[in-house]
Amino acid sequence: MKIPFSWLKEYVKIDISAEALEEKLFSCGFEVEELIYLGKDVEGVYTGKITKCEKHPDADRLTVCTVDCGEKGEKQIVTAATNVFEGAVVPVALDGATVKHEGGVQKIKTGKLRGVTSEGMFCSGEELGIGDDFYEGAEVNGILILEKDTPLGADIRPIVGIDDYIFDIAVTANRPDCQSVLGIACEVAAVLKIPHGGFLPPCPYKAVPSDVGFTVEVKEPALCPRYIGSYVKNVGIGKSPQWLRRRLSLCGMRSVNNIVDITNYVLLEVGQPMHAFDRRFLHGDKIVVRSAEAGEKITTLDEKEFTLTPENLLICDAERPVALAGVMGGRNSEIRADTTEVFFEAASFARDSVRKTSRALGQRSDSSARFEKGVYPVFPQYGMLRALWLVDTLGCGTPTEKWYIPNFCDLEAPPRKKIKTSYAAIDGLLGIHVPKEEVNAILGRLGFLIEDRGEEFSADVPHWREDVDGFPDLAEEVIRMYGYEHITPTFLENATVTHGGLTPVQKEELRFKEVLAGEGYFEAYGYSFYSPKDLDLLRFPAEAPERRAVTVKNPLGEDLSVMRTILAPTMIWNVVRNVRRGNETGRLFELANVYLAEELPLKALPEERKHLSLALWGEGDFFDLKGALEAIGEAFGLKFAFCRCEKPFLHPGAAAEVLLGEKAVGWLGELHPAIAAELALERKAFFAELDYPLLMRKACKGIVFRPVPKFPAVERDLAVVVDEKVTCAEVEACILRACKAAQKAELFDVYRDAKLGEEKKSMALRITFAPDPAAEKPLSPETIDGFFRKIVGSLEHTLGAHLR
Amino acid sequence: MKDENSVQEAPVQGDIVSEAQQEAEQASSSRALYEVKMKFLGRTGKITALLKGMRDIAAEKRPSFGKKVNDLREKLEALFAAHEARMKEKELESKLAREQIDVTMPGRRAKKGGLHPITRTRQELIDIFAGMGFEVFEGPEIESEYYNFTALNTPADHPARDMQDTFYITDEFLLRTQTSAGQIRLMEQKKPPIKMLSPGRVFRSDDDATHSPMFHQMEGLVVDRGITLCDLQGMLDEFARTMFAATSKTRLRPSYFPFTEPSVEVDVSCAACGGKGCPLCKGTGWIEVLGAGMVNRRVLENCGVDPDEYTGFAFGMGIERIAMLKYGIGHIRSFTENDVRFLEQFKD
Repeated sequence: MKIPFSWLKEYVKIDISAEALEEKLFSCGFEVEELIYLGKDVEGVYTGKITKCEKHPDADRLTVCTVDCGEKGEKQIVTAATNVFEGAVVPVALDGATVKHEGGVQKIKTGKLRGVTSEGMFCSGEELGIGDDFYEGAEVNGILILEKDTPLGADIRPIVGIDDYIFDIAVTANRPDCQSVLGIACEVAAVLKIPHGGFLPPCPYKAVPSDVGFTVEVKEPALCPRYIGSYVKNVGIGKSPQWLRRRLSLCGMRSVNNIVDITNYVLLEVGQPMHAFDRRFLHGDKIVVRSAEAGEKITTLDEKEFTLTPENLLICDAERPVALAGVMGGRNSEIRADTTEVFFEAASFARDSVRKTSRALGQRSDSSARFEKGVYPVFPQYGMLRALWLVDTLGCGTPTEKWYIPNFCDLEAPPRKKIKTSYAAIDGLLGIHVPKEEVNAILGRLGFLIEDRGEEFSADVPHWREDVDGFPDLAEEVIRMYGYEHITPTFLENATVTHGGLTPVQKEELRFKEVLAGEGYFEAYGYSFYSPKDLDLLRFPAEAPERRAVTVKNPLGEDLSVMRTILAPTMIWNVVRNVRRGNETGRLFELANVYLAEELPLKALPEERKHLSLALWGEGDFFDLKGALEAIGEAFGLKFAFCRCEKPFLHPGAAAEVLLGEKAVGWLGELHPAIAAELALERKAFFAELDYPLLMRKACKGIVFRPVPKFPAVERDLAVVVDEKVTCAEVEACILRACKAAQKAELFDVYRDAKLGEEKKSMALRITFAPDPAAEKPLSPETIDGFFRKIVGSLEHTLGAHLR
Repeated sequence: MKDENSVQEAPVQGDIVSEAQQEAEQASSSRALYEVKMKFLGRTGKITALLKGMRDIAAEKRPSFGKKVNDLREKLEALFAAHEARMKEKELESKLAREQIDVTMPGRRAKKGGLHPITRTRQELIDIFAGMGFEVFEGPEIESEYYNFTALNTPADHPARDMQDTFYITDEFLLRTQTSAGQIRLMEQKKPPIKMLSPGRVFRSDDDATHSPMFHQMEGLVVDRGITLCDLQGMLDEFARTMFAATSKTRLRPSYFPFTEPSVEVDVSCAACGGKGCPLCKGTGWIEVLGAGMVNRRVLENCGVDPDEYTGFAFGMGIERIAMLKYGIGHIRSFTENDVRFLEQFKD
């Protein structure tokens, strides 16, 4: 919200600097995002009167002027401008001055032009950063000619209206009343403790009886709770006075003509969007506020045509739409140069309705922006009063007496909200004691009417403060004006002692991540959504459960439109991105939710289920990644089994299902080379994904201690020749089954040779035999030999193996 | 006799000892020394030969001969022991010399990974507040409109809904825009006294240099009897001192959130410059860190907590923001790009 300092000063006698005011505003909840000094780039420019003009001796196009700069002395200025004359008062940039120049700043120095000394430069409006809205004649081609009676040797900035500041203020969503100069003025008066008359300054205007009758019919009272129309006759369309145009310009608005400017001025000053219709084009002298019919069309002031739906609210005359309610007027009824009768509209429209229309049509305006923030019911009245006062003051028309309103409205101000509370309640919330005199004074300055009943009090809320409706709101008003520096930090003096920390499940999750970090994996964080194309990339068939995804209705783009049902796509992209950036090797994991819908579209919250995603690329292979799973298994007491499987996105020869007992808990494998090629991923990459809750359900919940055996375990190596199709897991399982004392059997070598036979391989395993913890003597070589024979027998019998 | 004489002359100690001494000195290795030793003391060595020759000596001379040979053996044994010790030492020296390594060559170790800075920061925050008695509560990421907005005093037409651009799934379900939703879920399950943290992913339809459509927040909630705004600042002071610097201070300034009243923005004195003003704090000496306020009475009512009996405060902060301040990370995008060169910097 842009607020000019000079405009603010019209309502509040501010006697502190703009910088000091910025701090005051900050302290009471209005952050000034930018404080702009309009004269920032213009320094050392003074007024001077040209006393003599002579042709330059050596240059036809240059004129040598003698200038009387009052206190600054007599100066000689050489100029190329052709609009200067003896007697003209002009801005003179003296030696050392700065002026605006092509979006930057130019420094002026005394110098010679074709041999003649020039002690500075005359300035155009552009060099001072102003147009006609600031000073009449500023836009002429040449030097700015000032009024004849302008004092000489004076700083140019106050004269052309750039000795001024703009406060760009961030207004919080609860304060639509402060989306206006008058609203901010109330706050400024309160924070500076300057008496203030209320929101709206007096707006006396002369009105005559109307000889025309208008009717206003609102068919959607919920969408248009207030509508005020007023008829102005004898209108003379023309230019607005310069002070008004300057104010519009300071706030970033363009001057159009006096009537349109009045509506915009009221928008900025009061915060009430207004519209003016040319009565000639308001058929039947009638206003109907209704929803659009499907397919109905309107062309707005900016000549854009829109096709409407019943979601859009329209202002119509007896026959046709004349404005898009709260957004923009229609082209068919706009104010023209020959307009003589005007019908002003000041209304309030439901925020949501304006927002929906504005968004759906992509049509935004200052008016729609204001309505979206909210316009309180009292404001149409304030706006209309101000607009008619301006019409009368500027003499651009004759207001008439009657205001036209729909039958369900009245013009009586609704009764003020009354909050009954106690001073102790305010203190209790804040935790400090604020003297009641302070409470009363602060609230009084903010426009509340206070009735002090000793320990209790009541506060009548001003009409423009609909946001206030309970004692905590009053407490906030008090403390933001009293000052947050009065809050003295305490540490929960009254609170009960509670026991904090992570739950066992949360602790377990952290430990889970730490195990992976210990295995060399870095934790990644991915977006919870991806592109449906990512599911295509992984070649999921149409009926795959991964395709049953929750989708975002209004995504930022297709790339972020589908909630994850599997983490792998994000992880694949992580690897691709890393390799593209030259990170040839790496290991990543992510532990995050996938979203599984019972029913689509959603009828209930979807299940959020944590998955573990792992990736490894560059160095290492399938078995390194598998090692990470084994590390998890070891840390959490899980015994994973692996069997070959097929996944559309994995290498068919290097893909495994991960099992816990009989239950599949995830998969592991190499990215399908065809997908890698599609991604131009030249490094082999391995991925795994596990269902985290399934793991944790089986996880060992604590440490189960077993006594250490008295005697050492004994290791024996075994090499057997088996058919190529026999897996390591089968051999291992067979060994462990055959002999109870065999604690583990670990493969350490696989050997293939023609001598072994076609489709044969030799597998070497190291078997660890552990003695019974209760045993009284160590395992004898004879016992081990016995175990060994049993194992070999079993391998021969079940797997057709023979000792090598 | 001649033979006899020669045999008798044989154990002339000096000759054999000096011979052994000479040969032992010439031996260049333990092996060579052993061979020399065997030549004199071995089963086929000179001493054994002398003893074998005893048979040929007259019986009366044998004892003195035997004694001489024994003396000779003892001398030789001592001699070889000394040489062996010397040789061992020499060989150790040369072994050590051979085994000299370049101690500046790189070490070998198992590669370590690390936890993401968000996890680390989140855990650091949890540790601070857990010590003050806060439990950790995690709500769902896909939320109903009721928990994310309505119950937090933000009904459908409320202007505050515009403050956050929301991703909707349906009219009823959305991606939560704030972890504040956790307040309601916890208070529905649990009655005061409450001290809760609710960390997690949140989503806003915002994507530019300083915003990410997904980021993380940490919500804090305290509800009990007699909780005041002073308590809020006291707790946040404690947080700032632990998280940033022992001298950190907080500053409250008015703000607006629908679910708190009064609402404040909380600035922490800039740890980089100690509050004097620097580029990090844009010369103000303060850094905006979190939003907070006294829990709105309507929110308590919505959860079945009597606002006349209990009061409370809530605060919420962006975990990315805290991490960026703490580690000096410049871009919010870095957190989701998962570049290993970024992640590698966060390990224990």
